[in-house]
Amino acid sequence: MKVRYLKLEKAEGPLIIMDEVKDAVYGEVVDIEMSSKEHRMGKVVQIDRGKVIIQVFQGTSGISLNGVSVSFSGKPMEIPMSSEILGRVFSSTAKPIDGGGEIYSNKNYNINGRPMNPVARLYPRNYIQTGISSIDGLMTLIRGQKLPIFSGDGLPHNQLAAQIVRQARISGEEVGSFVVVFAAMGIRHDEANFFRKVFEEAGVMSRVVMFLNLADDPVMERIITPRCALTAAEYLAFECNMHVLVIMTDITSYCEALREISSAREEVPSRKGYPGYLYSDLASLYERAGMLKGSKGSITQIAILTMPNDDITHPVPDLTGYITEGQIVLNRSLYQMGIYPPINILPSLSRLMKDGIGEEYTREDHPDVANQIFSSYSRVQEIRALAQIVGEDELSEIDRKYMEFGRQFEEQFAKQDFEEYRDINQTLELMWELLRILPEQELTRIDPSLVKKYLRK
Amino acid sequence: MTRQGNIIYINGPVVRADHMEGFMVREMVMVGEKKLIGEVISLENDLGTIQVYEETSGLRMGEKVYGTGTPLSLKLGPGIIGNIFDGIERPLSKIYDSGFKFIPEGIGLISLDEKKSWDVEILVKLGDILKSGEVFAKIQETTMIVHRVMVPPGIKGKVVSTVKSGSYTLQDTLVVLDENGKKYELKMYQEWPVRQPRPIVQRMPIEELLVTGQRVIDTFFPLAKGGTAAIPGGFGTGKTVTQHQLAKWSDADIIVYIGCGERGNEMTEVLEDFPKLKDPNTDNPLMDRTVLIANTSNMPVAAREASIYTGITIAEYFRDMGYNVAVMADSTSRWAEALREISGRLEEMPAEEGYPAYLASRLAAFYERAGYIKNLNGTEGSITIIGAVSPAGGDFSEPVTKSTKRIVGAFLALDRELAHARHFPSINWLSSYSSYIPILKDWFKENVAPDMMTLRSKMMRILQEENKLMDIVKLVGEDVLPDDQRVILEIARIIKNGYLQQNAYDPQDFYVALSRQYSMLKVIDQLYDRAYSCVKKGIPLSKVKDEKLFSDIIMMKNNATEAKSGFFQELTDRINHYYDSVESLYKEGAADES
Repeated sequence: MKVRYLKLEKAEGPLIIMDEVKDAVYGEVVDIEMSSKEHRMGKVVQIDRGKVIIQVFQGTSGISLNGVSVSFSGKPMEIPMSSEILGRVFSSTAKPIDGGGEIYSNKNYNINGRPMNPVARLYPRNYIQTGISSIDGLMTLIRGQKLPIFSGDGLPHNQLAAQIVRQARISGEEVGSFVVVFAAMGIRHDEANFFRKVFEEAGVMSRVVMFLNLADDPVMERIITPRCALTAAEYLAFECNMHVLVIMTDITSYCEALREISSAREEVPSRKGYPGYLYSDLASLYERAGMLKGSKGSITQIAILTMPNDDITHPVPDLTGYITEGQIVLNRSLYQMGIYPPINILPSLSRLMKDGIGEEYTREDHPDVANQIFSSYSRVQEIRALAQIVGEDELSEIDRKYMEFGRQFEEQFAKQDFEEYRDINQTLELMWELLRILPEQELTRIDPSLVKKYLRK
Repeated sequence: MTRQGNIIYINGPVVRADHMEGFMVREMVMVGEKKLIGEVISLENDLGTIQVYEETSGLRMGEKVYGTGTPLSLKLGPGIIGNIFDGIERPLSKIYDSGFKFIPEGIGLISLDEKKSWDVEILVKLGDILKSGEVFAKIQETTMIVHRVMVPPGIKGKVVSTVKSGSYTLQDTLVVLDENGKKYELKMYQEWPVRQPRPIVQRMPIEELLVTGQRVIDTFFPLAKGGTAAIPGGFGTGKTVTQHQLAKWSDADIIVYIGCGERGNEMTEVLEDFPKLKDPNTDNPLMDRTVLIANTSNMPVAAREASIYTGITIAEYFRDMGYNVAVMADSTSRWAEALREISGRLEEMPAEEGYPAYLASRLAAFYERAGYIKNLNGTEGSITIIGAVSPAGGDFSEPVTKSTKRIVGAFLALDRELAHARHFPSINWLSSYSSYIPILKDWFKENVAPDMMTLRSKMMRILQEENKLMDIVKLVGEDVLPDDQRVILEIARIIKNGYLQQNAYDPQDFYVALSRQYSMLKVIDQLYDRAYSCVKKGIPLSKVKDEKLFSDIIMMKNNATEAKSGFFQELTDRINHYYDSVESLYKEGAADES
């Protein structure tokens, strides 16, 4: 018979404090039974002699100091996993909420995972064709990569993520070899429904696992949701050998929940009140992407975060950018110009792209052409700034060509319909088409032999 | 007496225990039933505070803390080179071989392979008197590195017994020394506490270039053997690629690469690439001179704090053998953050942005372990430290960047704008500096060319001039500038695109020998002199700027292969030929008009 403790010393915000607890285990899960027979879940976050601080995922409202009964499990939070999870919808704490039955399995998995041994990792090299020109051409997504979308409130990040889910193909393999794990943290009901609808329309719902913590769900449960989702992803990838695409949205809400707990614990804050361990904590999510030796599966992560005030130096996008392997940055003024997807290519980047494109994977000219487009488009920005002052008519001939290049780039290349799929060859042809606007001697980033081969085709 | 503490407090990597009277500060301890590795950081009455190098989830109140009696130390011996370790020198490949794809806790303190036998050549005979640091045996550790087995610091004496040269393991005693009746058994490894710098005879002046084959670094912001450098930059500016380039191509004998709080895939990339890459001087695989220390961002944070010290201690050990060692720490900001996290959990008073007040002094102490050194055994060796810094929000005024900037000799500032334009390496030539330029002047004179540094200053002046002119251009456009200023802009464009930019993935361009760097500078210089003097003579820029010639000079980095020895001479001839004809045409034209 497990010991149940009946007395709390303090209950405040997301924390309860108990005294005279024997044998508490750091990080273990506790069950809190309230007088209403409602059960809540908590986690031991600090032990100081007999005094134990417990973080309660559903919050402390309604908890009285005498009316509860707390039992300690001695174990970290674990969830059962089986291939039955495909097609199912779960709550933030991995309870089924789609009316279907419980998941039964004789194996339970610790949701915190463990760090992958760098020696056991397989370096990701195969590209994923998303059919979106900006991404495939300039920030190619690689299988096993973590590539977040940096967005702002009101920008179409959900559409972009949905389009990637619908169109993503692994080179050389059939459509639909992906399974999708979807983790929602603090997003609205209509956003969750949008994703559900997209999955259904694309006919992939049976290959999707959803973990939902919506805007009106308990805030603290947001800390668990991505961990449950990633545990499911690891199970599918490394035990069932599947290619898993994990969508996590919105990381900013997750970080705010973390900040709330940190301030309740009176920890020393670092930037903007976020805890000093925000980097390590985010890394414990993002680093669960990747591939392992001896396993055919992979975990590719697309995390979505909204930059408060569109500020890329805010701690959440900033720390994310230091951990993830690149970022796709959405831009408000492009969106206002009617360009979808409004990807600002200059701050966007895919770090793994260099090893997954070129002769063996996409086409020999891909690295140089991408490099040239970046360089030329960045020149466009300088010239536009100048044109604002002196007027476009006063520009030199070359500069006017750059202006034209910039316009065409946005209208013909970046702009793409939500339903439109462009394969990699189409994308590369479009890129050459753009470069033909510029005089040949401006193409200093491309190997001359490739210019000869592709420019005047 | 068995010394055992009793856990009473757990908060992340910080654990407190009572009954700790017999323990020492900085003693290594085993924590709990799983025997997690930890280190005592403070003692007060019977209370001890411990930082634990492994995940503490699952640790129970009341579990025991066991003392080991020694400070956190490393085993230093053959088997280090070519290997990958975690923050406290546990071999990750061995952990993987034991079946762990994910890193478990409680695997204990494993280190170098004790079963592997090495071919040892004994260099001493009975009766020899050995001093501390003296080499008594050698082992060919990899194709590139001879491991010189040394008498540990603090030990000396007469050789009273020795084995024959042959095959031995780490456990075998090779030589016994006698000092006034006290006997020391010497094996092929020694132990050394990580936080204590190894003893030296004296520091030597820094006077040699660390050749990196990277144009912007070697020519503009040179690094020195025994010096220190910081590479700060926001995310996506190419810190890691720059560090990898230096690890691959710099002419140090040994590279210690510390992946401190960075991405797992980056370590995997090094593990996959380095065995395949060949050292440009010896043609051996680069992995044969490389040691990796990996504490990826999701590995325990306390071990991140230790990883830097583990790396530098290994570097000092090889320096003592007389090698030039380069240490890459990527990134020191993560180390500082680990310091901050532990400090926060200790409830210390925070200074700037939550960092502890001792941040600057710890950073300084780390960088001071670099240097050109005369070792105990009379050899000379060096440690060069190149630390990446990841400033929050890309803001160089944050505490870690600020404190680092004060200590290091070279500062290679990576620039977000350049990175966005895919100008790599994105080292900003206006905000970077190297204080080694005056020191290395003579070295460049003797080893490259007498006018190398003069050319450098000239190019730097052009770039600075261009920066000033760009302020005007941004307002009114380029066309209104007089031709002699527009020439500056054109030449600056060539320097930027044709020289400063270097493609790390281009087989022609990833490594450029100093002699070739010099030839390229000469070509640009020649072009500038001729073009400038033409403009001064009143020849219009449209004639002076030949598109083909200019673009060929930008592309010379791709076209100048080692095979084409006369390449640069041809290019120079073309420049001279072209401007000779322009000048003569103009003279004729001018004569006709008059």
